[in-house]
Amino acid sequence: MENFKIDIDGEGIALLTFDVPGRSMNTLTDGAIRELARVIDMIASSEKIKGVIVCSGKAGNFCAGADLGDLAEYAGTRINDIPLAALYRKLETVGKPIAIAIEGLALGGGLEFALACHYRVAADAKSVKLGLPEVNVGLLPGGGGTQRLPRLVGMAEALPMLLKGRPVDARKAQEIGLIDELAPAGETIEAARKWLKENGNPVARWDERGFKAPGGLPFSPKGMQLFVAGNAMLRKETYGNYPAAENILKCVFEGFPLAIDKGLKVEERYFINSCATPQARDMVRSLFLSKQALSRGGDWAKKADPPKRAAIIGAGMMGAGIAYAQAARKMDTVLIDVDESTAEKGKDYSRGLVEKAVKKGRMSQEDGAALLDRISTTSSYDALDGADIVVEAVFENIDLKHNVIRQIEQRLPEDTLLGSNTSTLPITGLAEASSRPENFIGIHFFSPVDRMELVEIIRGEKTSDEAVARAVAYSVAIGKTPIVVNDSRGFYTSRCFGTYIYEGAEMLVEGLPAPLIENVGRMTGMPRGPLEIADDVALDLIVRIFDQTKTALGADYDERPYEAVMAELVKRGRTGRKADAGFYDYPDDGPKRLWAGLTSLLPATATEPVRVVGEIKKRLLHRQALEAARCFDEGVINDPRAADVGAILGWGFAPWTGGPLSYIDACGPAQFVADCDAFVEEYGVRFAPPEGLREMAETGRTYYKKPSRNAA
Amino acid sequence: MPEAFIYDAVRTPRGKGRPDGSLSGITPLSLGTQVLEAIRDRNDLDTNYVDDVIYGCVSPVADQGADIARTAVLMADYAQTTSGIQVNRFCASGLDACNMAAAKVMAGEARLAIGGGVECMSRLPINSDGGAWPIDPSSALKNYFTPQGIGADLIATIDGYSREDVDSYAVESQRRAATAWEGEFFTKSIVPVRDQAGDIALDRDEHMRPDASLDGLAALKPSFADMGEMAFDAVAIQRYPEVEFVNHVHHAGNASGIVDGAAGVLIGSREVGDALGLTPRAKVLGGASIGSEPCIMLTGPADVSTKLLSRLGMKPEDIDLYELNEAFAAVVLRMMNALDIPHEKINVNGGAIAMGHPLGATGAMILGTVLDELERRGESTALVTLCAGAGQAAATVIERV
Repeated sequence: MENFKIDIDGEGIALLTFDVPGRSMNTLTDGAIRELARVIDMIASSEKIKGVIVCSGKAGNFCAGADLGDLAEYAGTRINDIPLAALYRKLETVGKPIAIAIEGLALGGGLEFALACHYRVAADAKSVKLGLPEVNVGLLPGGGGTQRLPRLVGMAEALPMLLKGRPVDARKAQEIGLIDELAPAGETIEAARKWLKENGNPVARWDERGFKAPGGLPFSPKGMQLFVAGNAMLRKETYGNYPAAENILKCVFEGFPLAIDKGLKVEERYFINSCATPQARDMVRSLFLSKQALSRGGDWAKKADPPKRAAIIGAGMMGAGIAYAQAARKMDTVLIDVDESTAEKGKDYSRGLVEKAVKKGRMSQEDGAALLDRISTTSSYDALDGADIVVEAVFENIDLKHNVIRQIEQRLPEDTLLGSNTSTLPITGLAEASSRPENFIGIHFFSPVDRMELVEIIRGEKTSDEAVARAVAYSVAIGKTPIVVNDSRGFYTSRCFGTYIYEGAEMLVEGLPAPLIENVGRMTGMPRGPLEIADDVALDLIVRIFDQTKTALGADYDERPYEAVMAELVKRGRTGRKADAGFYDYPDDGPKRLWAGLTSLLPATATEPVRVVGEIKKRLLHRQALEAARCFDEGVINDPRAADVGAILGWGFAPWTGGPLSYIDACGPAQFVADCDAFVEEYGVRFAPPEGLREMAETGRTYYKKPSRNAA
Repeated sequence: MPEAFIYDAVRTPRGKGRPDGSLSGITPLSLGTQVLEAIRDRNDLDTNYVDDVIYGCVSPVADQGADIARTAVLMADYAQTTSGIQVNRFCASGLDACNMAAAKVMAGEARLAIGGGVECMSRLPINSDGGAWPIDPSSALKNYFTPQGIGADLIATIDGYSREDVDSYAVESQRRAATAWEGEFFTKSIVPVRDQAGDIALDRDEHMRPDASLDGLAALKPSFADMGEMAFDAVAIQRYPEVEFVNHVHHAGNASGIVDGAAGVLIGSREVGDALGLTPRAKVLGGASIGSEPCIMLTGPADVSTKLLSRLGMKPEDIDLYELNEAFAAVVLRMMNALDIPHEKINVNGGAIAMGHPLGATGAMILGTVLDELERRGESTALVTLCAGAGQAAATVIERV
């Protein structure tokens, strides 16, 4: 056996060590699952074995759950059985006591392994995290988690863990009864051994006669309250877009009152149901596999060394955020601005974040101090010496940026990478000020930098491969997930993101009620409505982009009727959230409300707009996905994974879809193109599909390969 | 086809549905029994002719479980052959029980049948019976379940009823109920409830607040704002995305009161009336039920009224008096809007906002109330309707004979 090791001591206690070869983290690969079956048979049949202690051969983790790489083969298809669930039940009823010693992470199938043991000991250590995160990738725990967890801790504690997927630490786990014993780190195996010797009851509590589940059943007064509120909360948060989350709630409701075997059967049925959804396929792929690959650099991984020292020019909001992100990942950081005090002000941002983190116990005092020590501030370009990368993050004005680029380059060795942080200015144009454009690159950070995971790396016409590799290595080193795109107006993310706002604005001038647009926007799975996002971005900024684009495109520019509406709002000082007035009013004493005067600015409409919710949803999502498809077609972005992950992390594109290209695949390119053609008729050429997509529709090609195994 | 006639209608006064309410010490079985006894005694009835007793009851568990209608039949010493059945269409149950009784008579299945209902909300509060509809995630998620109060606030939001609109309606309901009691308009049908010693426990609706004023009501906090904020507004808005926010205007003062009570309506054919020497008071022209959108839940009354009137070949203006259960003020305002009913013709003696809504019994209570009023006014036709859970509604049209 490769994945499990069994050592039986003189007293018949078997130490079962889970240790997947060649990995730092145990996962339940197909191979490990096959071996586990043999292990359980051995436990059952060996006369030498009287009891078992399960432990991990890895430091810091027991098991991170199912191997999603393996699972991706099945997600989105109809499966017929779940081997793991049956194995765990077999282990639970093997007739010999099984204790588990957890010294680190136990997630998903890993925690379900622990739940199927008769006694759980966990180390009193920060590394211990116990959770069932399946919901976050469109699945439900299929190894008994929806049944054993509520039977152990009650529904009120179990449901949030199941529905949010957030793990608990060892102390919380003990408090709610998820583990039976807390032991000092390194002593869990001994504690488990002690239990085997002194108690060693080989019967799970739910298999005992007269078992009473803690906290009451669904139709107890508490249970009814829990479900009435829980159902509503779930719909509030998921808008009906996440079938797995709904299935989890149904599993607990239906399965919890039953005998454990029947309950497990209910879970199995719902797992099969959830696994077959497109959401499962698309979320496993984009939110886990693609994201993980990209966070390591994707196709550019390990092609360059990460920088050790990085300088930032401009200590404004973006520069200050970048400084924190760098320092938090142990990178020596110089923050430069026109004078010392402005630079210090930028560092204050990090001081604030550190203070908050220390206060909340998320960071130690020493770590916080060390983080701040890594950021030096100055007004002198002398500090650029020794920097491996310089990121300029000055105000988004091309002349200003050109000046700064020229000034920096006077002080910079030829081979130092110069990155320009911008969300809108074309990189090739910025590079005109550079004397060595091959080492010049766009690095688009998202705000707030400390929280936004995505970095969009934009190569200009002359940017070298090596510069791209170095920018990727830099992004990975500071814990960001980079996507690499080619230069284009608005690059990839801003360009696509804008279409969501614009389509919402189109609807507004067509005469659709603003609340309908906003609510249906949220119902598509977008984080906010298009008009409230426009307010957040700032309407004057959007109008400025219209003007810039108009100047750049000249006669080719297709001016839309909503532009005048936005310009009028700006003229009236309603520039958005920052002015406490935009599409919305922002009263001090209550939530924001759509501005009552809005309709007075709208053009008269001759025809009644289509108010069908399904059509509005489709317009909002199709429009964005179509823009992503155009970017792909034009070579702005070449990796579908980057297009999808970038969309979800960058502008919050409906995560349940797995991203815009996954969304087109799920619609079927032929259907998507047919929809777009119909929309061209109805709404205009902005819905015209690009040639490449039309060709995909004709040939039946998709952005992603179909699942290879089990494909229908 | 035989015709169905109303021979008698009785109701208990409504006690506050709280532990200190005057009826909270009386069992629902006793209430249901006293109603049957009164019908028997007032009409000197040979109960051998009563083929069935149909009682509405919305929380048919515990005291109200195990077919309380048949149990009440046994306790009231009706003929052993009289069967009993408990039915549930939420708030419309009592009226549906009467419609079913009438239908049995029309079908020739029953000579006499009693439709009615009983609900002791002091003992078994609303939702005591649980149920899949609001609790099972499969149903609640699919049907956008929200509590009734959110639906009522949603109606007010969509129709644009202000807090003052709904409060004014409530003040008027209180005023009308007080006037009706003072004028003894209800006396004919009220059966005082007797306690275990045979003394009168309650002989008058005790939920009324005749001193209610706009200013007084304005001080009350909206009842559904918090639960709306928690999640239900969001659920309602997903179903009605044209709504930006739900305007919470309903509270205890402009919604139906929580009370205990029971009622019964004696319905039979012309022949059995003649044989027993009973005088018919009104003919049941017809009844109907309907389903409407379940999230907003409370908009069915106009739909079911239209459905029934059109089946009967009648128009809204053919009806002299309307009785619509005052579940919430906005429910009545919407119906008045939808069918263009003047306030002078609807709920003329107040309703559940003033006197309370004993869920399973109310339909039978207001059927009797409106019949009394038709007689007092010398008018002819009435339409009775109630909104009900999961988007349903029931209606009945009667005509005096």
